[in-house]
Amino acid sequence: MSILLSNISKNFGQFAALHDIDLEIPEGELVALLGPSGCGKTTLLRIIAGLEQADKGKIFLDGDDKTDLHVSQRGIGFVFQHYALFRHMTVFDNVAFGMRVKDKKLRPSETEIAKKTHALLELVQFDWLHNRFPDQLSGGQRQRIGLARALAVEPSVLLLDEPFGALDASVRKDLRQWLRNLHHELNITSIFVTHDQEEAMEVASQVVVLNKGRIKQQGSPAEIYDYPANEFVSKFIGQTNEFTLEHYTVDWFKHIGLPISAESKIAHVRPHDIEIVKTANNDTPITLKDWQHLGALIWIELTKNLPNGKPKLVYVEMPNEQFKRLQLNRGDKVDLKVRHAHWFN
Amino acid sequence: MSQSRIMPGFRPTVSFTVFYLSLVVLIPLSTLVFKSFELNFDYYLNIITHKRVVAAFRVSFSTALGAAIIASFFGFIVAWVLTRYSFAGKRFFHAIIDLPFALPTAVAGIVLATIFQPSGFLGKFLKENFDLQIGFKPAGIVVALIFISIPFVVRTVEPVLQEFDSRMEEAASSLGATRWQVFAKIIFPNIFPALLTGFALSFARGVGEYGSVIFIAGNLPYISEIVPLLIITKLEQYDMPGATAIALTMLVISFLLLLLINLLQHWVRKRSG
Repeated sequence: MSILLSNISKNFGQFAALHDIDLEIPEGELVALLGPSGCGKTTLLRIIAGLEQADKGKIFLDGDDKTDLHVSQRGIGFVFQHYALFRHMTVFDNVAFGMRVKDKKLRPSETEIAKKTHALLELVQFDWLHNRFPDQLSGGQRQRIGLARALAVEPSVLLLDEPFGALDASVRKDLRQWLRNLHHELNITSIFVTHDQEEAMEVASQVVVLNKGRIKQQGSPAEIYDYPANEFVSKFIGQTNEFTLEHYTVDWFKHIGLPISAESKIAHVRPHDIEIVKTANNDTPITLKDWQHLGALIWIELTKNLPNGKPKLVYVEMPNEQFKRLQLNRGDKVDLKVRHAHWFN
Repeated sequence: MSQSRIMPGFRPTVSFTVFYLSLVVLIPLSTLVFKSFELNFDYYLNIITHKRVVAAFRVSFSTALGAAIIASFFGFIVAWVLTRYSFAGKRFFHAIIDLPFALPTAVAGIVLATIFQPSGFLGKFLKENFDLQIGFKPAGIVVALIFISIPFVVRTVEPVLQEFDSRMEEAASSLGATRWQVFAKIIFPNIFPALLTGFALSFARGVGEYGSVIFIAGNLPYISEIVPLLIITKLEQYDMPGATAIALTMLVISFLLLLLINLLQHWVRKRSG
């Protein structure tokens, strides 16, 4: 089901959490709402769910205006960061809950409920846990049960609030993959909130970047990474070097191959878009300070003394093999070559 | 056994606990039990099956039960309001809730008797409009016991309501549950063990309550005479064996009832994981 938000605004007292959010999400997408903490992403998700009311604006699900509908009537599935499983019920009862509270006329029979609950538990690979209570499960298990519970009511939209936020790194990695595969299988329009850009890039088919209650950019992970629309997105997604154009840096920029234009003053360069060149003859030297192994890649720190007296740090990333071939040592003077840059005003 | 424990001091703490418990609880109670051994069994049966005594037991336990049920209901609502909403004067209400703990029970009894007696302002109003008499009737005992026991319910339920994870409610709502279903299937089952504790405390307090009840009850034999009063009456008549027999019976019944409630609690807690 497609989701359309028009002009959503929300204030908490003096604090404006969301300003005039317009967002369209086509059917079947797996969308990440990405932003730093306090950017309004969770509030936006809760407004879509109906757990929070917007001060202004409209919400359309599949073209129908659902703005004033209670959360229980919206046909959404919601997954919570801290699972929010019903702790007095077994796993089975948790998952069956949504079917059991249905209106008598619409409620399936107890045998049908049992059949479907087991099928859902099978889907999340935990049917063997059906007799346990939530307190007896690990975090990763609880979150899968939380998802099975949300899916039990056959929601048209699945909303996940930092679903992996409370889990440890290795479990998180597994669950990300699992969620993506599950989405492929079920194809429910889904939105998940995260502050982890890596998670957003890895899982989502569409990423919406938010900051201070505004949408900064929406697009596929590749678009967001390769064509950041503004400084914020460029800095927030992945690593970046910032070069500010001043009268005393013009020569250096020309030397390292940063194209200078009249209207833009700030250049962002990804660490892997800079090449290190060994030269004997160097007028504008830059010093190799240190490096770290990141497995297949090497993270290199370089420093340059700018004419204003302040040192400028530059980060470069390159494959391990290439770094070995360069045979660099700490304190070596080198030259840089910028392959690609984004200019912002 | 003591070597494998993480916390040190198992022996001294247990010894102290047993010693303390013996001093203030077990010794007085066992004295009561031993004292009753001096009675001949037929004589004992004779005392406690006396019509007036049986009637007093019925009054004591039924009013305590009724008051505990009503106090649980209203205490739950009070705790709910105090945790769920913020309003002007909330701190004031918080302080007021605990007053029955501190107030001499006789004061409460006299005040309640004054208002609910047929010529008192509430008593008169109820009599004229609803033909209802509270004062000097078992209903009066229930009123006094509710007054005494409401804080037990409020103060046991309140912390549990406070800690209740409201995300569970949101989750239930998002799954299509109505407000009533959320309350009945999610909130209430989580609060129930605490409510049961509050109920047990209210009931226990109600069975033993003396000071507030005697002023409002009217103390009519067979109708509104409670067991503690009967014990005092026997003592005043220097009928030591009679007082002992009734006290022992009361002790046994109360103990069995509290044991039953404890077992119920255990079962409820186990069921809710």
